[in-house]
Amino acid sequence: MEKTNGYSTTYALAFEQPVIELDKQIASLHERQNAAEYAEELASLQANRDSLLAKLYRDLSPWDVVKVARHPDRPQTWDYINLMCRDFRELHGDRHFGDDPAIVTGFGRIGPHKVMIVGHQKGRSTQQKIDCHWGCAHPEGYRKALHKMTLAAKFGLPVVTFIDTPGAYPGLKAEERGQAEAIALNLREMSRLPTPVVAVVIGEGGSGGALGIGVADRVAMLEYAWYSVISPEGCAAILWKEANEQNNTAAAQALALTARDNLRNNLVDDVIVEPVGAAHRNPKLASDNLQNWIVEQIRDLKRFKPQTLVQRRYEKLRRIGAHSSGA
Amino acid sequence: MTQVSTRSWGDSPEDAPPGKKAVPEGLWIRCPACSGILFRRSVENNLWVCPECQHHFRVSGEQRVKQLADPGSFEPMNADMAPMDPLNFIDLQPYKERIAAAQKKTGQNDGVQTGRAFIKGRRVILACMDFTFLGGSMGSVIGEKITLAIEAAGENNLPLVIVSASGGARMMESGFSLMQMAKTTAALARFDDQGGLFISVLTDPTTGGVTASFAMLGDVILAEPKALIGFAGPRVIQQTIRQELPEGFQRAEFLQDCGFIDRVIARSELRSEISSIIDYAGK
Repeated sequence: MEKTNGYSTTYALAFEQPVIELDKQIASLHERQNAAEYAEELASLQANRDSLLAKLYRDLSPWDVVKVARHPDRPQTWDYINLMCRDFRELHGDRHFGDDPAIVTGFGRIGPHKVMIVGHQKGRSTQQKIDCHWGCAHPEGYRKALHKMTLAAKFGLPVVTFIDTPGAYPGLKAEERGQAEAIALNLREMSRLPTPVVAVVIGEGGSGGALGIGVADRVAMLEYAWYSVISPEGCAAILWKEANEQNNTAAAQALALTARDNLRNNLVDDVIVEPVGAAHRNPKLASDNLQNWIVEQIRDLKRFKPQTLVQRRYEKLRRIGAHSSGA
Repeated sequence: MTQVSTRSWGDSPEDAPPGKKAVPEGLWIRCPACSGILFRRSVENNLWVCPECQHHFRVSGEQRVKQLADPGSFEPMNADMAPMDPLNFIDLQPYKERIAAAQKKTGQNDGVQTGRAFIKGRRVILACMDFTFLGGSMGSVIGEKITLAIEAAGENNLPLVIVSASGGARMMESGFSLMQMAKTTAALARFDDQGGLFISVLTDPTTGGVTASFAMLGDVILAEPKALIGFAGPRVIQQTIRQELPEGFQRAEFLQDCGFIDRVIARSELRSEISSIIDYAGK
């Protein structure tokens, strides 16, 4: 897939409307021939706009966070690869059935580290979205991921995964080819992969399809990503009997799916701060933050012997749960 | 009225002797597959399989343990472990109330029974999930008890038998539930490294996060006839692809044809099948 860029500014989320209004005012002032005379007003408008944007994003409801995570201009795996990787070498195919573009894999250099990158890709153009099934991978995607991760471990390369999926693809062919088995196998093998593994939820962390490339020594979420056992709509449809704006809002709240919720519940290790107004407003800065985190984690993890890593990974997973002690 | 078994002493209610006319409710049951009216005890004595059409009824964890383990051999582990409500989850009903109702209904703390047992004289660690407890959904308790069972099997070099019946991960524990998939499978990785034998038995239904974690990782995977087994539920798939699903889709026989389970096996054969596999593996 070719490089994707050209972030449109045409798509605005409902809660961003006040900022969009200010943007319009600023633009119209700029367009005036005597714009220079309005320098003071412009500066003041700009300051208002910036603080309003910051405030809006500080107080987002969980359901709004989900919408930001799904923003059509939000950077995807390919964007981050292009922004942070030197010498990326894509590797295709699962060696069994096919090549699923919904999961991108390949060698790359991130900062000083040679790594294997594995990430969900949703697609930017309509054709890409169709090819990638909107980021919903088939079994061959998960098997491709496992094949490349095993390759990385063989040569001592750390694995970096970017999670961004509404969920694994729920279709007839996916079932026939063993979606459940493919994900299950990834979970088991990632838990004992003898090389550092770091994972970042960069957008949507939808259930088993996300976890299928998400078992890692260190897991982070971008500030406006979500990660949960089910999407708010899926949850609302089942538990609230109907998915609608009101129920989705309630479900998103109940599921504790934001980055800070997951950090508080010790389900992820870190939250990576996004630029003011989220990653889509400044992909380069988002990418820099992401890169810094990855570089630091890998540097730290490289201190451990592979068997120590696997041991520590197990102990970390082993602690997760909320239950009374049983005799 | 459909045919009634002639093997059992169950005739249709109308034919019952005058003195036994007022049979208590529930003494007779209807087979959902063949619609036959069956005498409850005759079905029970047949391991909850319809004597007419071989339909395998869903059974509780407790019944499953009774059917599989040698009589009196089951010693439960961690039976007191109970769910918490880490997210204080409230949908149309608080999760705490759902838990209490399910506990009252089943007499169990959560949806899996684990313990030591013998199957035809072979020592095993046995886990039986219970679909009647909140749809067998996997939250922290099931994840932890399954993990402890796997670890116990590893420590004692015993074969592990897990009988799955689950709609998937438990939504009301959100991320905690999701991570049970990672925890149980990580335990299975260690058990595998230790050379342990894991026999996974899939029963109706086994879907979602349970299928996509430990259930599909058996060294040998068995499934009961016509059990629904899959990742996504049939309704979700139908909504996605917008066409009718083929007959038998996601049933045990379909999975065997697709190459994802070793064998479809009748409930009556399960004990002998499991013990034979244990012998072949030399465990």
